[in-house]
Amino acid sequence: MGQAVAAADFTLLPDAAAQAAPALQISEKVLLRFITCGSVDDGKSTLIGRLLYDSSMIADDQLEALDRDSKKFGTQGGNLDFALLVDGLAAEREQGITIDVAYRYFKTDRRAFIVADTPGHEQYTRNMATGASTADLAVILVDARKGILAQTRRHSFIVSMLGVRDVVVAINKMDLVDYSESRFNEIVAAYREMAQGLNFRSIMPLPISALAGDNIIALSDNTPWFQGAPLLSYLETIDASGAELAEAAFRFPVQWVNRPNLDFRGFSGWVASGAIEVGAAVASMPSGRTSRVKRIVTYNADLPGATAGQSVTLVLEDEIDASRGDVFVAADQLPLVGTRANARLLWTAETNMHPGASYIAKLGARTANVNIDKLHHLVDIHTFEQTPARALGLNEIGLASLSFDRPMILGDYRDNRDLGGFILIDRITNETVAFGLIDLQAVVSAPAQEAVDTATQAAAQARAELTQKLREKLPPAVASGALVGFGAVLFGASPATGVLLGLADAALRPLAQALYADYQVKAAQRAAAREEARIEALSDGDGI
Amino acid sequence: MIQLTHLQKLEAESIHIFREVAAECENPVFLYSIGKDSAVLLHLALKAFYPSKPPFPLLHVDTTWKFKEMIEFRDQRVKDLDLELLVHINQEGVDAGVNPFDSGSRVHTDVMKTQGLKQALDKYKFDAAFGGARRDEEKSRAKERVFSLRSPEHRWDPKNQRPEPWRLYNTRKRPGESFRVFPLSNWTEADVWDYIAKENIPVVPLYFAKERPVVRRDGSLIMRDDERMKLLPGETVENLSVRFRTLGCYPLTGAVESKAATLPEIIAEMRNSTSSEREGRIIDHDGSASMEQKKQEGYF
Repeated sequence: MGQAVAAADFTLLPDAAAQAAPALQISEKVLLRFITCGSVDDGKSTLIGRLLYDSSMIADDQLEALDRDSKKFGTQGGNLDFALLVDGLAAEREQGITIDVAYRYFKTDRRAFIVADTPGHEQYTRNMATGASTADLAVILVDARKGILAQTRRHSFIVSMLGVRDVVVAINKMDLVDYSESRFNEIVAAYREMAQGLNFRSIMPLPISALAGDNIIALSDNTPWFQGAPLLSYLETIDASGAELAEAAFRFPVQWVNRPNLDFRGFSGWVASGAIEVGAAVASMPSGRTSRVKRIVTYNADLPGATAGQSVTLVLEDEIDASRGDVFVAADQLPLVGTRANARLLWTAETNMHPGASYIAKLGARTANVNIDKLHHLVDIHTFEQTPARALGLNEIGLASLSFDRPMILGDYRDNRDLGGFILIDRITNETVAFGLIDLQAVVSAPAQEAVDTATQAAAQARAELTQKLREKLPPAVASGALVGFGAVLFGASPATGVLLGLADAALRPLAQALYADYQVKAAQRAAAREEARIEALSDGDGI
Repeated sequence: MIQLTHLQKLEAESIHIFREVAAECENPVFLYSIGKDSAVLLHLALKAFYPSKPPFPLLHVDTTWKFKEMIEFRDQRVKDLDLELLVHINQEGVDAGVNPFDSGSRVHTDVMKTQGLKQALDKYKFDAAFGGARRDEEKSRAKERVFSLRSPEHRWDPKNQRPEPWRLYNTRKRPGESFRVFPLSNWTEADVWDYIAKENIPVVPLYFAKERPVVRRDGSLIMRDDERMKLLPGETVENLSVRFRTLGCYPLTGAVESKAATLPEIIAEMRNSTSSEREGRIIDHDGSASMEQKKQEGYF
């Protein structure tokens, strides 16, 4: 096998095509995932319904049902209400709003599309973030009559934070402003001004009417002044190659150790970034042990190489000890491995997060306990300003410092969603309480209420210094004992005690374990108290 | 730079989901319903764990009203692949004489399928069950998670679903709770057929057009698969060239008139089709939110 891997090598099909009839045309396309964001009346469901309708993805029996539903629930005076195609839950149809993220699928001759239709209400921010988390592009709807609203800023901020680099600003309901070019230009200018602080690569403004179909499939005669492409053509041509990810350093989270018999030991996982070839040197993190790729196994055939996005099974030349949650990386491009990181957290639970709390974190295929050491600030999703805070509540975003109880393979979220994105899980309720985005570039400034957090901060520092010292001077078993000491810090002992416990661990493991168990009980009690508060809140009728 | 196609991406995503379940759930099971979606799902399961066998058994909840050809296909497939198959029949339902004709589609489906499924999951204490449902099938499915948490009573709570960002699935659950897992969530009917063609996956012959004995009843073409289907006054059995777009209990599954007898013809026909695949499913038509309701009650 040469250095360059030919495209044909990646075809997952050795002989099936040969057996099938020659007339067979399998439709294989480039996939673009996008999200639509807009508020209740911006018409995003109408827009998706329109895309599905105009690309003939709606079948006759579905149209009949739509016609029935339009008459029953419709907001278009008995005309077809496309929103009802996508608002699938009974509660949504009754209330005429989108509550949950819905996925829709359509194809054109050029591409396959997955659309996340997400709710615009602030109370459903987490659902919008879910849709954005896997999106390549965002279509942000703006009502031409209303212009840039607080919600436009919020939607833009969230999709930018979740890593969407390309946005279409669909200025909708142009029919209601007489297709005014000056109104369009005014909104575009305001949007560009607003988006300056956001991390977009491209912004494409489009004047549309989802209801009337202007500039959706074809350019509209109503906007002769508009020189761009209609929405669908734009979606068909924007770069969706994922080239950046494929050209980044090789990262392969191990999901499952594949061991059918004594003669085969493979590591099943997915290529989160970069590419790999047979013979390439890899390191298993966090152990750092190195080997070479012997085989890239798939069901159809062994592959000479694999690239970002593929699920494969790797067999290495050497018997190295690796398990679920470890990450194979290019041996000459090692990642950051550590137990502490700063991260943006989007809180998704009803109960507030207070610094000091501990959760279960899932990052890639790796699960760890994590402590929130410090909440540096909240980010106001309307003004993008940072404000000091003592707690993080539902749908709020904040920057926090975290300590994990085992070494994590860390990537900046902006570079790699798979190595930088994680969820936090409440260990009592099992709820997913936060989306986390590792931020290796965060500049953490000391906020005003520092005194409040000094204890936590001191503990974290002590632990970090200790861990560092131990790593340098002591065998690994003792260094890991330091983490046990850290547990002691959390339940109220001074940092110094924590350090001592850590040092003493090798000799006094039973005592340390007892203390750690005590800490866990206290943590569980705290979580139970939180749960009680939550149940109380729910019984007040605060349902969803 | 290699550009993956949408089918390659969908495949990789499904394989990833299978492996997450194998790694994080204690006692998973594969809900095998024999149809084309199950065929693709099974193929993906084989791929996900190769060269190991899928580390879970197959379970078929048999309503006793499936097409004969489905059962033959099932048994042959399991034999060819040397997999473990569990077949569960709701014996209480059989003893009570529940059937699609006298009991009606709703009661039959609830007792033989939904209750039967719950019995089987409880009996074997499965904590995760793979299903071949796709979000493009039906509106309430469009909003269901890949990992769909069910209460110990198997209920789905659409208003209280866990957010599911990236490819991170929260697999924590309380004792008695379980997951329905849908690796084909993001596939469409067209993707399924394209993938069957691309990977040469065996499917039940009922998907291909052939002359079959059918009866016109309530606007549907019902294949008379055995003598249990009594003819009503005025009904006659016609031999028509038909095929099925979905497969279920034969009295509840409408055929479509078609000459598409090969895979390329089916794919061509589907691309030109103006009706959705679930049109032939009689159970979906009990009202717009009926699938959501059935799912809340524990239907897959």
